[in-house]
Amino acid sequence: MTDLVKDMAVPSSGRPMVKAEGVHKSFGLAHILKGIDLEVNPREVFCLIGPSGSGKSTFLRCINHLEKISAGRLYVDGDLVGYRQKGDKLYELKEKEVAAQRRDIGMVFQRFNLFPHMTAVENVMEAPVQVKRESKSVARERAERLLDRVGLGDRKGHYPAQLSGGQQQRVAIARALAMEPKLMLFDEPTSALDPELVGEVLDVMRDLAESGMTMIVVTHEMGFAREVGDSLVFMDDGVVVESGHPREVLANPQHERTRSFLSKVL
Amino acid sequence: MVPPEQIKAIPVRHYGRYVAAAVVIAILVLIGIAFSNAKINYQIIPDYLTDGTILSGAWHTLYISVLAMVLGLVLGVILAVMRMSSNPVTSTVSWLYIWFFRGTPVLVQLLLWYNISLVFPILNLGFYKNEMNQVMTPFLAALLGLGLNEAAYMAEIVRAGIQSVDLGQTEASHALGMTQSRTLRRIVLPQAMRVIVPPTGNEFINMLKTSSLAYAVQFNELIKRAQDISSTSLAVVEMYFVASIWYLILTSVFSVGQYYLERRYARGSSRNLPPTPLQRLRRYLRMFGSFRRPEVAR
Repeated sequence: MTDLVKDMAVPSSGRPMVKAEGVHKSFGLAHILKGIDLEVNPREVFCLIGPSGSGKSTFLRCINHLEKISAGRLYVDGDLVGYRQKGDKLYELKEKEVAAQRRDIGMVFQRFNLFPHMTAVENVMEAPVQVKRESKSVARERAERLLDRVGLGDRKGHYPAQLSGGQQQRVAIARALAMEPKLMLFDEPTSALDPELVGEVLDVMRDLAESGMTMIVVTHEMGFAREVGDSLVFMDDGVVVESGHPREVLANPQHERTRSFLSKVL
Repeated sequence: MVPPEQIKAIPVRHYGRYVAAAVVIAILVLIGIAFSNAKINYQIIPDYLTDGTILSGAWHTLYISVLAMVLGLVLGVILAVMRMSSNPVTSTVSWLYIWFFRGTPVLVQLLLWYNISLVFPILNLGFYKNEMNQVMTPFLAALLGLGLNEAAYMAEIVRAGIQSVDLGQTEASHALGMTQSRTLRRIVLPQAMRVIVPPTGNEFINMLKTSSLAYAVQFNELIKRAQDISSTSLAVVEMYFVASIWYLILTSVFSVGQYYLERRYARGSSRNLPPTPLQRLRRYLRMFGSFRRPEVAR
């Protein structure tokens, strides 16, 4: 299962894939993100950990504009997410322009969100055919290749309801990869899985990381973060508490809050 | 391995069931006797079933129901989308439409369309000009009266269907770069259909019968044709029986169609689809066969 992605986006020279500057997000009175600054470099596996309610999923969803940020700036591959800046004025992007930005950003959800009325292969084909206007035969060929590579070559014609959680999540990864994204977002991809099914999903993600994909992973799998992650950020209450190389942060946390969190989950 | 000894027990007797069955059958027989003694000339019913006038009435009932339903469905989807729109004008207009057309009797709406020339004596569309009385035929009045009323009900059914689809589906679709309208068409509506189809089938069967109100605007559907015959032959109740038998035939045929349609949209929602009536029949036949040829225990 090597070489998951054939046409890797060539990383732009030196520019970070994701750059957040003072990102805030509020839902009504609830202040969820309170100024996030961080950079994710191309080919990096960037892990976000923290207690539930700390804002890590919300931040992830801001990156592909599923949530609008309330303040700050958020860039993906040098482009402002969801807005266009002219002079000192900010213009909201049109729906089609937002959709075009999302094309290059794959997302994998905690609850898979496969399309239940389509078979595995139809799920993977859908976006290339509908969004990129690819011919069905080309899309089907790539979909079958991707399903082979996530180890589901014998489940192509199955509906999501006929697949286990782990298999569904692997289809969901293949579906995101079919758009040949330059960045993959994982929102607690193994949290809804039976413990014995977690490994098969993490294996696919590990292969993807080895192929050079830029990945941002919200996770509670500290083992994965330690082995595969290049950087790790610990978030709590809407701010970045601590960041660094996963091995260092996990083995030798500097902040009291990080220590108490890790002592509970490790 | 020695197979375990199977339990052979005497089943519990349900005497209450025999009593209940006897009571129900007795009531049915009494009703049957009452009907057969009534002054109804049953002999003429089979002849009139295939009478040309009645057949044309059944055909009119069928096609006005289908057309009004199509109009109601298309307009209903538009109204449902308008109702859920964030634009306050469109959602209010949709709300008002539903409020009015659901809140007034269909019969009144039919008569209003038929007499629309009181409000607009002349229809002037710029490229087309005519007297309204020429334009508003019984057919058009029936179509508009039934279809626009149906749209109000369909709008609520479609809205319920769309809202039944998990929000995660929309998010996944957006995350793949699909636009709002494409998401609705490719992802949300196909899943909403599972919720929309059963009540829509119900609505259609209702429509077949509600279309009888179109007799009030001189549309030649079943009831109107049955009345035309009874006014000369004086066989009033008999003609209503004839019409009712046709309504039963039409609704039965569409109930079967609805079953297959529901099965089609159940794809992916469960591991195994329920068998079709044909498959069930075959299974019964196979079961019957296996009684005759019991498997020999080894």
